[in-house]
Amino acid sequence: MTDITAPATKSGVRISGAFHRLLAFSGLIALVVVFSIASPNFMQTQNVLAILQATSVNGVLAIAATLVIITGGIDLSVGTLMTFCAVITGVVLTNLGMPLPIGILASILAGTFCGLISGSIIAKLKVPPFIATLGMMLILKGLSLVVSGTKPIYFNDTPGFNQIALGSAVGSIFPSVPVPNGVLILFLVAAIAAFVLSKTALGRYTFALGSNEEAVRLSGVNVDRWKIAVYATAGGICGVAGLLIASRLNSAQPALGQGYELDAIAAVVIGGTSLSGGRGTVVGTLIGALIISVLANGLRILSVAQEWQTVVTGSIIILAVYADILRRRTL
Amino acid sequence: MLRRTLLGAISALALLSASGIASAQEKYDIALISKGFQHQFWQAVKAGADKAAVDLGVTVTFEGPESETQVDRQMDMLAAALSRKPDAIGFAALDSQAATPLLQQAKDAGIPIIAFDSGVDSDIPLTTATTDNVAAAALAADVMAELIGGEGKVAVVAHDQTSRTGIDRVDGFVNRLKEAYPKIEVVSVQYGGGDQLQSTEITKSILLANPDLKGIFGANEGSAIGVANGKQELGSKIVVIGFDSGAAQKGMITSGIMNGAITQNPVGIGYQTVQAAVSALKGETLPPIIDTGFFYYDAKNMADPEIAAVLYD
Repeated sequence: MTDITAPATKSGVRISGAFHRLLAFSGLIALVVVFSIASPNFMQTQNVLAILQATSVNGVLAIAATLVIITGGIDLSVGTLMTFCAVITGVVLTNLGMPLPIGILASILAGTFCGLISGSIIAKLKVPPFIATLGMMLILKGLSLVVSGTKPIYFNDTPGFNQIALGSAVGSIFPSVPVPNGVLILFLVAAIAAFVLSKTALGRYTFALGSNEEAVRLSGVNVDRWKIAVYATAGGICGVAGLLIASRLNSAQPALGQGYELDAIAAVVIGGTSLSGGRGTVVGTLIGALIISVLANGLRILSVAQEWQTVVTGSIIILAVYADILRRRTL
Repeated sequence: MLRRTLLGAISALALLSASGIASAQEKYDIALISKGFQHQFWQAVKAGADKAAVDLGVTVTFEGPESETQVDRQMDMLAAALSRKPDAIGFAALDSQAATPLLQQAKDAGIPIIAFDSGVDSDIPLTTATTDNVAAAALAADVMAELIGGEGKVAVVAHDQTSRTGIDRVDGFVNRLKEAYPKIEVVSVQYGGGDQLQSTEITKSILLANPDLKGIFGANEGSAIGVANGKQELGSKIVVIGFDSGAAQKGMITSGIMNGAITQNPVGIGYQTVQAAVSALKGETLPPIIDTGFFYYDAKNMADPEIAAVLYD
């Protein structure tokens, strides 16, 4: 229903996508250059690593959101689903004392399962994605508190757990660049998502659903099944984000998560993915997420007052999307 | 053309901030990372820190996450503050454990850390600027004793039995009564999670079980409002002493449902955190705890400038 009004300007998907990526990328470079000139402390290894670390969770969430947004849908539950997955891992590892691999699996499975439910509500019950995932966001927020008993679950009994995000496999080979594992995981998720979008049937149907769902349906494709699959995949990716945040904090913080979906969606939009569906890239989203964390970090390093940091971030989001609109007019 | 606009906007911003840096070069640069930002309590802490910055001639930045649940956002703020290489950091941890690696990093870089508000569960901070909750609750006990005439039964409704503030405020109140007022008996100490409704129900059950009760101490904002609501619903005449402020509690004190409350001194917390950081940078030794003070306020002294300055809506 919501996708019938998909915009007609869907020709030249490849060219426009590449152009926008270039634009977003030059924006990122411009920010980095400006901050480097403004402060000698910006372009330090430790700070670059801090920026990447800060990007990892939002980046993974934004990749999940990208998949859903390309179908013309929206997922408001990514933040609280991440928290729910973290709590499930906490229960499995700390409360039940299971080994680490089972905890990791539990998080991803919990995410996939919740995504499956959201997808089914949207595809089968025809509830609009905005409402279905808004409901899911609140349900998962509540369930995280219920399951955890409203207290953080610590991972002190699972010694290796904080290495998932904080350890550095790269650093053990090249000690001068201790890139945290969390960042590697972000790039790994991005690579897999980019592959799925460009090379698999799931990817092709993701774009097709966003471009013209009716046409896909009329050509005899089981639209519901593919839609559910997209939401389930996004859910599984949120499970990875849950592991990252829990590992970074060495605890599952049950009250955290609401509001994180907006940062994720902002990264997607800055990266050139269209909210009306049918167009978008994982690389763009990655750049969008980096722009958000570079901005936040750079403004902090320059001691810009927090009130103004938010004003600047908001302006950049509008600027990025306006640039996209101008570009589409000129094509 | 677009790119030029974007670059223009960014370089304007850079100029703005670069000028800020130039003027700050010779002053001490102190970064405060708090638990919150928008909330009135934290704005009062910020006001105190800003005042100290002017008085002591240092530069202070103040940041905190949007809500007290966003532990990872606070870590990002702390990491960015570390990259800035400030002379000192003031830190109020949302979760001590999550902050440990970054605090260690600060220590290794030789940046002194001053904990404030609830402090940090670690030996890295040089000192903690915080409210002495035991003493603050003891003051509540003194006021309670005075208002009920030094004898009779009282009760406590607190927020929880695990948090530091919960433990300290209950102990401070109960122990003070035990030591100084042998004729006062604490008949019940109950916990309502700081939830107004739950605290209301608890209060009503205490009042129904003890018709001769003379007073109740509500140990935080939510508990205190709950106690006052319970008193009102049953039409009771007991003495109610609350804790902290907030528009609702202040209104209840003005209207007389609540006799008065203990307030912390958030402005003092901010001021003394910055002061302690400067002392540390000058190589002075600091006490392990800096008591930032507290006051008892009621309808009579609420408008006094000294009190009004530390109350928040």
